[in-house]
Amino acid sequence: MTKSPGDMAEGERFDPAQISEFMGKYGHGGMLGISYHDHGPDWVALKMDWRADLVGDAQTQILASGPIISLMDMATSLSIWTRLGKFRPHATMDLRVDYMRPSPPGAAVIGRGECYHVSRSIGFVRGLAHNGDPADPIAHVTGTFIRTAGFGR
Amino acid sequence: MSNFLGNVAMPPYALALQIAATGQEDGLPVLRMPFRDEVLGRPGFLHGGAISGLLEIASMAALYSALAAEALEMRIKPVNVTVDFMRGGIDHDTFAVGRITRLGRTMANVEAVAWQDDRNRLIASAQMHYLLRTPKA
Repeated sequence: MTKSPGDMAEGERFDPAQISEFMGKYGHGGMLGISYHDHGPDWVALKMDWRADLVGDAQTQILASGPIISLMDMATSLSIWTRLGKFRPHATMDLRVDYMRPSPPGAAVIGRGECYHVSRSIGFVRGLAHNGDPADPIAHVTGTFIRTAGFGR
Repeated sequence: MSNFLGNVAMPPYALALQIAATGQEDGLPVLRMPFRDEVLGRPGFLHGGAISGLLEIASMAALYSALAAEALEMRIKPVNVTVDFMRGGIDHDTFAVGRITRLGRTMANVEAVAWQDDRNRLIASAQMHYLLRTPKA
């Protein structure tokens, strides 16, 4: 069985591919069918396929904004642990999403989250959602996460 | 329970989250999202994305209701959303309501709040900007 982030020991090397796999099978990530796509030293990319039940406007068949927020929340959250190289409990403090254009019906969405700074208690993130070409984004995201345990360590 | 946001049917995504109207507050629909494994994030807590989804639907519900009250038929397009998370959502039902800050001719500012057992203890809020467009004939 794949480990959940909560099962990880604090000193264990964080593996975004393994954790993403778990997140895509369980809870809300499982409902949305989110899967691992790629990662680098301080970023993680996840993938979400278009699905008829995730549509926000029946007339246009365009994805609702909620699934994109979820995708970006997960990608940016994972990017903090990836940058740190370890799991550290945190919660989303705020997230802002700017929508440049709608995601066309049928197209998969790639959510790339990047952690650009970590302080003792806050992780600062940004990211973008696209349909395969990062130069043609659907949405830009910025946000912060707050450490929920182990302050002052 | 209603499956409509004002005069507009609940979108498939809202139905997937099992969101339904349960009442009104200041004339605008109060929505309920039941707790299920499908809205779970880290163990024991609601996923921030599911809360955001509920806030988004509550904003749309408020906006469609306000447009219907003024007999306006507009298509709405989200421009951006800022979500603040105040408390972790637990394994209970979640409620949300939207409030129109300004309804202009080309854009609308909408705020939505979410809570669980106590209306005065918000778990999250969202501010959304929408573009309003007259439907093409």
